[in-house]
Amino acid sequence: MAYADEKAFSPSRRRFLQGAGAAGAGLVIGFHWTLGLPRVFAASANGPEDFVPNAFVRIAPDDSVTVISKHIEFGQGTYTGLATILAEELDADWSSVRVESAPANAALYGNALLGGIQGTGGSTAIANSWEQLRQAGATARAMLVAAAAERWGVSAGELEVSSGTVSHAGSGRRASFGELAEAAATQPVPEKVALKDPSEFKLIGTRVGRVDSAEKSNGKAQFTLDIYLPDMLTAVLLRPPRFGATVKSYDDSAARKVRGVVDVVETPRGIAVLATGFWPAKKGRDSLEVEWDESKAEKRGSAALYAEYAELAKEPGLAAKRVGDADKALNEASQVVEAEYRFPFLAHAPMEPLDAVIRRRGEGYEIWAGSQIPTIDQGAAANALGVKPEQIAIHTLYAGGSFGRRATPTGDVVFEVASILKAHGGGRPIKLVWTREDDIQGGRYRPMYVHRLRGGLDADGKPLVWHQRIVGQSIMKELGAVPESGVDPSSVEGAENLPYAFDHLAVDLHNTEVGVPPLWWRSVGHTHTAYSTETFIDELAHAAGEDPVALRRRMLQDHPRHLGVLELAAKKAGWGEPVPEGRARGVAVHKSFGSYVAEIVEVSKGEEGLPKVHRVVCAVDCGVAVNPHNIAAQMESGIGFGLGAALYDEVVLEDGRPQQENFDTYLPTRLTDMPEVEVHIVDSAEAPTGVGEPGTPPIAPAVANAWFALTGERVRQLPFKRARENV
Amino acid sequence: MEQAMSTTIKVNGREHTVDVDPDTPLLWVLRDELRLTGTKYGCGIARCGACTVHLDGKPTRSCVLPVQSVSGREVTTIEGLGGREAKAVQNAWSGMDVPQCGYCQSGQVMSAVGLLSDNPEPTDADIDRAMDGNVCRCATYARIRAAIHQAAADMEG
Repeated sequence: MAYADEKAFSPSRRRFLQGAGAAGAGLVIGFHWTLGLPRVFAASANGPEDFVPNAFVRIAPDDSVTVISKHIEFGQGTYTGLATILAEELDADWSSVRVESAPANAALYGNALLGGIQGTGGSTAIANSWEQLRQAGATARAMLVAAAAERWGVSAGELEVSSGTVSHAGSGRRASFGELAEAAATQPVPEKVALKDPSEFKLIGTRVGRVDSAEKSNGKAQFTLDIYLPDMLTAVLLRPPRFGATVKSYDDSAARKVRGVVDVVETPRGIAVLATGFWPAKKGRDSLEVEWDESKAEKRGSAALYAEYAELAKEPGLAAKRVGDADKALNEASQVVEAEYRFPFLAHAPMEPLDAVIRRRGEGYEIWAGSQIPTIDQGAAANALGVKPEQIAIHTLYAGGSFGRRATPTGDVVFEVASILKAHGGGRPIKLVWTREDDIQGGRYRPMYVHRLRGGLDADGKPLVWHQRIVGQSIMKELGAVPESGVDPSSVEGAENLPYAFDHLAVDLHNTEVGVPPLWWRSVGHTHTAYSTETFIDELAHAAGEDPVALRRRMLQDHPRHLGVLELAAKKAGWGEPVPEGRARGVAVHKSFGSYVAEIVEVSKGEEGLPKVHRVVCAVDCGVAVNPHNIAAQMESGIGFGLGAALYDEVVLEDGRPQQENFDTYLPTRLTDMPEVEVHIVDSAEAPTGVGEPGTPPIAPAVANAWFALTGERVRQLPFKRARENV
Repeated sequence: MEQAMSTTIKVNGREHTVDVDPDTPLLWVLRDELRLTGTKYGCGIARCGACTVHLDGKPTRSCVLPVQSVSGREVTTIEGLGGREAKAVQNAWSGMDVPQCGYCQSGQVMSAVGLLSDNPEPTDADIDRAMDGNVCRCATYARIRAAIHQAAADMEG
């Protein structure tokens, strides 16, 4: 029992400091950001204080190469990908490479693609680290080479580096990185380093095994839920049954009688029960009696919201995109096709429900969490506790999935645990655990949307005009990130940049005000825009009497990377060739987060009137394929995740109350739902782009298009389960 | 105040006496009392399999299993897993990079080991039956299936 307490005692931080101490005079390479340009510096470390965490790599005398990841690992393979990039330019021995999480420090670990805050999202981890980590690796390599050259009295140009060893062919001398670390730390930092030509890559583009596979196969990987600090209390929080309600009064006398319950406190988010473990805390919560003030609560249900949205969709909205004169062209079209689409609230339901641990340390606090945006989490905790953000240390741990859920504008779970600590007062560490019910009913959903589309064809049946209205909540409003036009880019992404060549194109947006907190959900706006655009283009192809791939090909002539994935998927899927009996094929192609993905699916009629998806052929162009094996894994994952939303997932509000509560009613994709997935990667020398999200958008429309080909039925409301029940 | 009761349970071959309410699910005894953290909480209603342990060798959801009901029975968690099947499964899992976020994978491994212990040459339909109760939100299912076949092949070889 003691071992777990020890293990849990600030593990990553302790290892970091021990490693720093043990490394003695190891080599640290990092960056200062000055005027937006990285200035490389090196420091020889004489103690832990010299290892200021503005470092991306640490090389210790024991030959270990530690890559510091500024991005959280929650499944997407970031630790492995980032380490691969740095190790490539360093010519490290891959078996010596380890990865550690960076502490919260936006000045050092900001994400250039997220406006400089420290955070992971938008499938940007590899893209915003690519140059940075190549530079960091190449600089470290140059300094190791310089150290060897000096030691051996030869010129640097005569030295070779391979698998963590510097060698001199002329004399046969060799030294490992660890042997050179101390001397390298004293070398001047080169102003400029040469990066490899892609033809020289040894790790990038090959199958590099995940750094975390072993510990995630034997139960040793440590998540926030696994943190146990001495004397720690577990908290669960009773939140209002309707969004926007607040506590009017409560009776905790029964809760306090539950054995193990230590305290009951009121916080801005609800009533927290603190106990010696999860079970007494939950029993305590179940015994609470609370009267809620629901005067400001959202009381509309999904049906009412859909009805309001559908009315709005009939009216012009904010202009997100205008090409030509779409209204006039619609009036003059020979044939008009119309469709309305409905998209429900979606919960993210990561396998590890939200959790966070906090304890007081010195003048500040330490937090353990799957912190997706440490900058926001730091601020949220500081705000709750009345201290400065720099007094909050964050240990980012492996997180059991996120899909967007851990990246909240208000640092939800961290704010809550900090508020609980403050309300409780005492000095004991606290772990806050969300139950699955808290997770499914807790909001921060992918918001509901209604889309209305109209397309016009000319007398020859050629599509000429595209008119789309999108109605729904703005996700970015809360962040103050909506431009003056009022058009939230995340509401219209994937629609306002429709790649198909239309002479007339209009995309409108209506922002709605709903008291349900929204959030980005794996692929954000593309979750709905890919569905409406890719099924509607299919409808136009049908109206035009044209093959869906042929029409896309014709209308994508100016978009070579869209075309590239479309052609590759069509070829590999055998588009146009006979389909196995009882099945039909459907296609969708969509760009998101800089990556292009086409998916062609084969479906048959499955159980409960739902499609059974047998096979998915996926083609992806994400620039340089840093790790093809992981790209395939992410496509499989995005497809499986998106398939659940296509077929089953929705949170339905009745009178403002979420009706689903756990995996018995919010149905995740299961093993038997999972199709065979083939992933084909387009060869590319372009800078790498994301793969965590782009696999998701095309799957639902591809399935819907295949379902139409199979049955003649268009599904315009997700999930399929709901649409089929309405038939 | 509810009646306290001390319960003795055998986990990974060792006896532990814990002082918890008898309705406490085994999951929370393993985690909060014994600090065996490989077994995860995912739903609390036996619908996701993240909490799967072996009870007398059979995969069982520990989140709905009152601790009093396991007295006198053998509980094995991922920390106590051993033997040919476990080795084959964990090697295949790691070698084929099955895990992504990894949170559900202890439960997946426990279910897979349970399957192979019963049936060393499972068909896809056998895998469907044994593994459909284990949810993976990263949808690593294709690799889970492939890794089980790989483990079965390795055990044979």
